[in-house]
This record gives sequence, structure tokens and C-alpha cells, in this order.
Amino acid sequence: MSEITYIRGREPHPRETRRIFRNIDREGYNPSIKCFMEDGGYETLKKAIKMEPADVVNEVKKSGLRGRGGAGFPTGVKWTFIPKGNTKPVYLVCNCDESEPGTFKDRFVVHQDPHQLLEGMIIACYAVQAHFGVIYMREEFPEAAKIMQNAIEEAKKKKFLGKNILKSGFDLEIIVHRGAGAYICGEETGLINSIEGLRPYPRIKPPFFPAAIGLYGCPTIVNNVESLCQVRQVLMRGGEAFAAEGAQRSPGTRIIGVSGDVRRPGYYEIISGSITYGELLYDICGGPKRGRKFKAIIPGGASAKVMRCDEVLKDRNPDGTVREMSVFDIPLDLDSIAKFGSMSGSGGVIVMDDSRSMPKVLNNLNRFFAWESCGQCSPCREGNPWMLKLSTRICEGKGSPEDVDLLKSVADNICGRTVCAFGEACSWPTQAFTTKFREEFLALTKPINALKAHSPETAEARKYLIRED
Amino acid sequence: MSEQPNAIDALTAAKPSPGEKYFPKFEVTKELTEEAAKLVALYPEGKEQSAVLPIIHMIQEKHGYICPEAMPWIAEMCKSTPIHVAGVVTFYPGIHTSCPGKYHFRVCRTIACALSGGEELMAYICGKIGVDPASLTDEHPMAVSPDGLWSIEPVECLANCGFGPNVMINDTLYSQVTPKMIDKLISEYSKKD
Repeated sequence: MSEITYIRGREPHPRETRRIFRNIDREGYNPSIKCFMEDGGYETLKKAIKMEPADVVNEVKKSGLRGRGGAGFPTGVKWTFIPKGNTKPVYLVCNCDESEPGTFKDRFVVHQDPHQLLEGMIIACYAVQAHFGVIYMREEFPEAAKIMQNAIEEAKKKKFLGKNILKSGFDLEIIVHRGAGAYICGEETGLINSIEGLRPYPRIKPPFFPAAIGLYGCPTIVNNVESLCQVRQVLMRGGEAFAAEGAQRSPGTRIIGVSGDVRRPGYYEIISGSITYGELLYDICGGPKRGRKFKAIIPGGASAKVMRCDEVLKDRNPDGTVREMSVFDIPLDLDSIAKFGSMSGSGGVIVMDDSRSMPKVLNNLNRFFAWESCGQCSPCREGNPWMLKLSTRICEGKGSPEDVDLLKSVADNICGRTVCAFGEACSWPTQAFTTKFREEFLALTKPINALKAHSPETAEARKYLIRED
Repeated sequence: MSEQPNAIDALTAAKPSPGEKYFPKFEVTKELTEEAAKLVALYPEGKEQSAVLPIIHMIQEKHGYICPEAMPWIAEMCKSTPIHVAGVVTFYPGIHTSCPGKYHFRVCRTIACALSGGEELMAYICGKIGVDPASLTDEHPMAVSPDGLWSIEPVECLANCGFGPNVMINDTLYSQVTPKMIDKLISEYSKKD
């Protein structure tokens, strides 16, 4: 293949392996079908459409590809959940609602390389025999919606979409459906309700997952943008070759978005597990800003639990001995960080240095979750504003030390008591911040302690500020 | 009991905004109906309700916001009920029930942008366009400048976290925005017709 030159100043780091992001920031590349086809585009589709659909599914299963939306569920396995002997139409939905704070990977695919997604999506639709596909585009990407729409028209003209694709007898229509700025639409059942024209309240699952009862009550597969692009990679390179690369349990490349207090924030495509968080932040991102030290990392989008940089973690060696390590020694794959109580999720790494106040960071996250709660389940609808009020009170120096425990207990009571995973997503940050940075929260409650019975008046005031029981 | 209006009254009450002079008033025309029918046709038969959001987007693009008169028409187009449309309209933060200015700022305030100065930028833009930041509340997250040319709304994550602070003006995203850039953008936009 020809040498690729990238726009000056946006070249990939030498430790990156650009596959999905191969054409992102590429010199002279535009979203047209011409550019894509000159780069070998739609060749994989031509290959895949000659295979049996079941073989395509098997290839993806063999590859061990895991979903890139955050949960990391194996894509091929998800596809097989469509009930056997199903007579209803099957739908495939591409989740491009990229709304997890800290995640910014799909944006570049849909803005700069839409045909890559389209090809992956056509292959996936063929594999599950879906004749109607929806790209759920978040509202904040109005330009991407136009680019994608244009890409669909182009693909139709070239017979990659529409009736009788490449004379295989397979029909497929894909439409772009725009959301309207709600975080909950990234949840697959909320997204389905949004497409149905309902308020996007998530549905109860189990027992019925979207693969059995989804859009319009029919089997529906919901895949993330990056997952669908990876499907194309799997078919291009073969399932076994794909599985051989990167971490054993989460093969392939991953796109990591780094934001916050590092010298070179940005997006990096790396082979899963090939580097550690330390290498990512120090070597690739250039380390902390001048005169600063890293303090905390949120490793997988805003809802992942925060990790303290100075915390000593204990891991077991293969021979049974215990070794001490820090968060910087954890390999960057889907599972390694889960052992230490957090998650790698959607690959959005948010970094904070020692100039940051953790209660303030948590307060920002709490505002996000309080704003974005859909309001279907009481614990989440009521609990989130309550957590926001508590963390605001602590940040303003009006909180009592007990508020820190109260804050955590509110989070504990949301977690696991809601219809969708938002309950966990909103309570994990609070649980982790108040546990790992407890001293910072307590320090902010000191102004009230200072009121301690110096004079009869303050003793009087204190009665109302701290509950004594 | 409090004297607060109920949700439906609040939704259908007239909310005059200085931005209205820059957008045509909503009225049902043949072209509009045809355009809506095209959107409905994209979805499988019998699933007309799916077109609620696309039609809402179409009207919002043309008229700036979803006025109370538009809701029964939207309902008619996608074989739904006005109250259902109202439910959808009130759910999403991206759908406006009062008219924004001609140029609408959306300023990200979520963690990554906040770490890189999004909140200060928000205050700066408010000052520049003559809006009181205190008037932006959870109930009314949007404020329009007195001349109707500008409006501002804090939003959650615009998904460009590595390059904060991020600001959208209408459909265009600007990243790594500084106060200086805002000055420049405001003077550029106000020169447009």
C-alpha cells in the first residue's frame, strides 16, 4: 500500500497502529466514496457478500472482537442472540450517540471517513440478515449527519446499498436518524425507544434483550461505530489474524481519547494491551504539564471509577507472589483495569493533575448526571440532584463531615436499583471519589468545624449545621 | 399550593423571544407537508411515529424552535397525538420551546472542557453578548441577547474532549476556544448578513 502522509502537526505517534483511524487527518483525504475506494474501500464487502451470512458471523466470533461502546460485550456473540427460526424482520442500529464525557473517537470516523462505517455496517447487516439499518447520530453532529447522508447516496449509486447489493440478491436500506442531545440515548434500549419516536426511557432487560425484542418489537442488533468499523477489519484481515493481535481477551486495536491535564491530549489508536497507562500518559501524551504531577485518572469515560496515581495496587504474579504496582503499570486493554475496581469502558481517559480539587471535579460530574438522568426510575431521578446538592454544598464550604458519608450512601442506594446501567454510571464516580479522595472532601467541611463552640452564638448556629444523634 | 403553572400550560404559554424576528413564523404549507411526508416514508410502514424527531428537527432548522401550534401538526403528520409530541419535545435538551437567537452558542461545560476553562469561557461569552449568566438555570438553560442576534446555552459533552474548551455556533464546532477567538468569531458572525 502507498505511503500515507498526514496533515502536518497531526501525525500519529510512532507507537500508534492506525487501522480504524488510518485515514483520519490524512493529507488530501476527503469523505467522498472516490477517496475511500482508491484506498481499497468496499473490497471487503465484495468478499463478505460472497460468503454465507453464518460464516461472516463465525468469522467475527472467531476474532474475539468485543464491542467498543463501553460494555465490551463480544460482538459476534451478540449477533447470535437473534432467536433461531425468527420470522420477523431483523434491524441493525449503529450507535453513534457518543455521549460519554471523555470519549471522542466516533466523531472522527463519521466526519472524515463515513464510508468505512458504512462498509462495516453493510457487512454486519448482511451477517445478521437485516434489511433496514439505522445510524443513530447524536444531535451535536449536524455536519456528520449530512456527510453520512451523502455517503449513503454515493453508496447507493455504486450499488453497495439498496436493492440487490452487488448482484447478491441482498437488499438493504440505511437511514440516518438524529437524536436530540440526550445522554440516555446512548443506552441501547433508550436509543431504540428514541427511534420509535417515544421518550427515550430505557427498557427493562433481562429477560428480553434487543437482539430478541428490540426496535418495533423485532430482533435488533445495536453496535457502536467503532465496533462496526472493526467488523470490517475482521473480515479484511481474517478472524484468526485479528484474534492474534493484542491482548488475548480483547484483541485488535483500540482508540483511546486522552483529555485533561496532559501535554498532548488527543486520540491515539494503539494495539490493545501493547502499552500501559504510564506509557500512554508519559510517552505518548508527553506527561504532565510543566511543574505539575498527575493526581488522578478516570480511565474509561466519566462513569468509570477514578484511580489515584499515588495509590499502591497489589497484583498477583503468575507464580503466586504479590507485587506492588501503580496505576501507570496497568496494561491498556479492556480487562486489566477491571481487576483494580475500575473499567476501561469506551477508552476515554480523563487526567487530572495536582492543581485540581477533586470535590470540584466530582461536582461537575454530578451536575452532568443530574442533568442527564432520564427520570424514569426514582432512585436515579431523585438521587442525582441530591448528590449534586450535597457535593455543591461541600464545595461551597457549607457541608458537614457527615455529608461525605451521606453523599456516598446516596450513591450506594442508586447503584443497582435502576432499569438501566445509568444507575451504576452515576454512582460509581461518587463512590470512588469520596472513598479515594476522602481527605479532600473532609478538608472542605472544615469551615464548619471552625465554628465549634467558640461563642454561644456559633454553638447555636452549629446545631443547625450538623445533625447530632 | 404554589401558583406554578402545570407542565402543559407552561409548554403552550407564549414565550416571546427577541430571536423570533430572524426566523419565519411557523405555518403549514404544501411544501412543508410534502417534506414531512418524505421523512415519514423513510420508516417501515405503520411506524410513522418514528418520524417525530426528524420532523421536529426539520421545523427547528426552519423556524428556530417548536412553537405550540406546530405540535398538533407534527402529531398529525406522524399519526401520533399532540400530547405525545409534547412529551418528546420536553424530553430532549436539544429541542427548543422558545426561539433562540440567529446565532446560537452551545458551550460545553462537562468535565474535560471544564478542566480546560469552559466555565470561564461561558461567563466571558455571556458578557460579550449581553446576557446575564445568572438567568441560565436548569429550567431555562437558554438565554437570548436583547437584540435577538445571539443566544447561549450550556450543554453537556460535545464529544471533542481532547481539544477543549469546545463551543458550537449553530452547526459549526470550534475547539480550543479562547476569549480572543470569541471576539473574532462574534465580529465575523455579526458581519454576516
